[in-house]
Amino acid sequence: MKRLPIQKRTLAMFAVIIPLFVLFVYVALRSGPLAPVSVTLATVETYDITPTLFGIGTVEARYTYKIGPTFAGRVNHVNVNVGDSVKAGQELGGMDPVDIDERIRAQDAALKRAKAQLDEARARLYFAQTQAQRYEKLFALRATSEELAATRRQELQVAEAGLNAAREEVARIRSEQEALIAQRDNLRLISPVDGLVVARDADPGTTIVAGQAVVELIDPESLWVNVHFDQIHARGLAADLPAQIVLRSQKGETGAAGHVLWIEPLADAVTEETLAKVVFDQLPEPLPPIGELAEVNVDLPALPPGPVLPNAAIQRIKSKLSSKLGVWQVKNGELQFTPVSLGTSDLDGRIQVREGLKAGDQVVVYSAKALNTHTRIRVVEHLPGVKQ
Amino acid sequence: MISLAGRDIMHAWGKFVFTGMGLGLLIGITLSMAGIYRGMVDDGKALLDNSGADLWVVQKDTLGPYAEPSSIFDDAWRGILGMPGVARAANVTYLTMQVRQGERDVRTLVTGVTPGGPGTPGWPPYLVAGRQITRGHYEAVADIATGFALGDRLQIRRNHYIVVGLTRRMVSSGGDPMVFIPLKDAQEAQFLKDNDAIRQQRRRTAANPAFNRPQVPDLLNAVIASQSTNAYVNAVLVQIEAGHDANEVAESIRRWKRLTVYTRSQMEEILIGKLIATSARQIFMFLVILSIVSAAIVAFIIYTLTLGKIREIAVLKLIGTKNRTIVSLIMQQSIALGLIGFVVGKITATLVMAPIFPKYVLLEPLDSLIGFGAVVVICILASIIAIRAALRVDPAEAIGG
Repeated sequence: MKRLPIQKRTLAMFAVIIPLFVLFVYVALRSGPLAPVSVTLATVETYDITPTLFGIGTVEARYTYKIGPTFAGRVNHVNVNVGDSVKAGQELGGMDPVDIDERIRAQDAALKRAKAQLDEARARLYFAQTQAQRYEKLFALRATSEELAATRRQELQVAEAGLNAAREEVARIRSEQEALIAQRDNLRLISPVDGLVVARDADPGTTIVAGQAVVELIDPESLWVNVHFDQIHARGLAADLPAQIVLRSQKGETGAAGHVLWIEPLADAVTEETLAKVVFDQLPEPLPPIGELAEVNVDLPALPPGPVLPNAAIQRIKSKLSSKLGVWQVKNGELQFTPVSLGTSDLDGRIQVREGLKAGDQVVVYSAKALNTHTRIRVVEHLPGVKQ
Repeated sequence: MISLAGRDIMHAWGKFVFTGMGLGLLIGITLSMAGIYRGMVDDGKALLDNSGADLWVVQKDTLGPYAEPSSIFDDAWRGILGMPGVARAANVTYLTMQVRQGERDVRTLVTGVTPGGPGTPGWPPYLVAGRQITRGHYEAVADIATGFALGDRLQIRRNHYIVVGLTRRMVSSGGDPMVFIPLKDAQEAQFLKDNDAIRQQRRRTAANPAFNRPQVPDLLNAVIASQSTNAYVNAVLVQIEAGHDANEVAESIRRWKRLTVYTRSQMEEILIGKLIATSARQIFMFLVILSIVSAAIVAFIIYTLTLGKIREIAVLKLIGTKNRTIVSLIMQQSIALGLIGFVVGKITATLVMAPIFPKYVLLEPLDSLIGFGAVVVICILASIIAIRAALRVDPAEAIGG
């Protein structure tokens, strides 16, 4: 009985010390660099992957009409404003004619003068004809000299030539006048198509150079998306493939249906992108602004079923001799690296395995640390600390 | 044989254990401090490991991309890929910035990675949830330390990114968690101004008569377009072919491409020797001072404990106990105290202290062993001082006042 107090104390002491040491051993082995690494496993599944290509682009109009004068000049009037719909043949504006009207009037006067000259030439010809006939008759009766008769004949020819010259002069002046009128018409800016005014680059009074646009039109029916696909992800892109177009303003929605119209034969060499034109199957209402950013998913035909992996499982292992892509597999509780050869992937992170694995194989998909063959692992359902 | 030390401890074991626990907290802080220092160095190495690169090709004569700004043309990688011994080359951009998610923002190192697929240099080498980036735009893989969850929408500059994957221990040399986004987006984010600034820049350019010339109406648009592009990246990460020597490949790139190239060991030197040198030394000095202070406190505690028992020791001497027995009594007690202290310290450092630090705390087993050795040595040294005091005690004190 005498030893009991000491025993009680000893027991109490052990009650403190032993858990402390147990905890210590646990801490030393289960945390820090010595701890086993938690991993989760996934099974290689047979799945018919539907590769999707993802690109971004901007809404553009297929047909843009830049309407401007063919001569340098000053804008006289602009009839339309941005947002107006215009019809083919509608006058959008006009250039300042400067002196064309005056020149047309001058040509008018010149025409009248030429016509008067024509009349005069006709009168001369008529007189020369009668004179010539008269002298022919007189010469036939030997009532005049041959010289005089020859002079009248020559005067007739001169008068004929004079009439021709006067007639051509009238034609010339008329043509010149028509040219001026055509030029005056050319100063009117006429819409070639039914379209929508998207820019009014110059206002009345502005002097612009030949070829500079005053008004820009687009054909709103011809909206398309100019899409850039990174070349590395552009395999299989082809015309007529279905596409979903999500405009930046509709982020989060499913987007409009469309299809690939064509692939540009010229790729962007600087940005390493392939360009393609994607059109809407049905134009969105209201029309998206030109230049709006759009995300485009192009669906490729589904591939035949084959083994697929989550792309998170793929790792690159470097050793002295080689550097390979592969996956970690757990065999007999130990990690083993299996090199794989990979095929196409889809946007949900599934990737086809060509060689190295078969359906049903288990691979490490997530790990809390980088792995190597000596890593001690613990297979768990979910990695600790990851919000589900 | 009865253990005098054991008996004495039993006599007041509560006091003894609590003293040991107090000591343990002190040792725990010291171990944590060592862990903070190791964590800092490890952050730098983690950054290098995560990039998966053997060589870093950066702007000539810079210490980029981590320690200094560096920018090279984004098509430089093509030429580098053609160099002998280069297996893979990939562009990368790094930008430390606040990434917004809903109401909060997190300081992160936004990393732009070349599209390609897992295993491309610069890509996160492993994930803890979700998947790797598959789209060329607007997807992100974030370090779990950012607090982002799968499906979160992040805002970087004006674009929104969906978190599709989570990873772990992907940090900058400063310990900021990394967010991986596609390269094109990152290039844009790095150089893209806010909309106001873009408009102001356009206005400024339009006001410049050299660019806005009536004779050349399209010049202004061309100039503005050229101002808003970014054809630069911060570095090219290179993986070398198996069997080639990193230094030789680096030398040939240096010579023929006239760019600066760092190998792994040089990069480590830059990161640890230059970038985090002062802050690491700061922590290290703190660690040294804390160790000295801890050692002093441990010594004082043991000395005081012994002095508290001076009367009992005098009695022992009076009844003719050998000096050796007294020495072993004190030394065993002090080592036991040190052991309890170390155990408590290791447990609190690992389970309590390390997780609450915002940055990574790496408790290396070797550090713990060194700590253990140091604790034992300090306890022995401290007990020697106490032993001297104990042996000099006059047995008469047992009876006297």
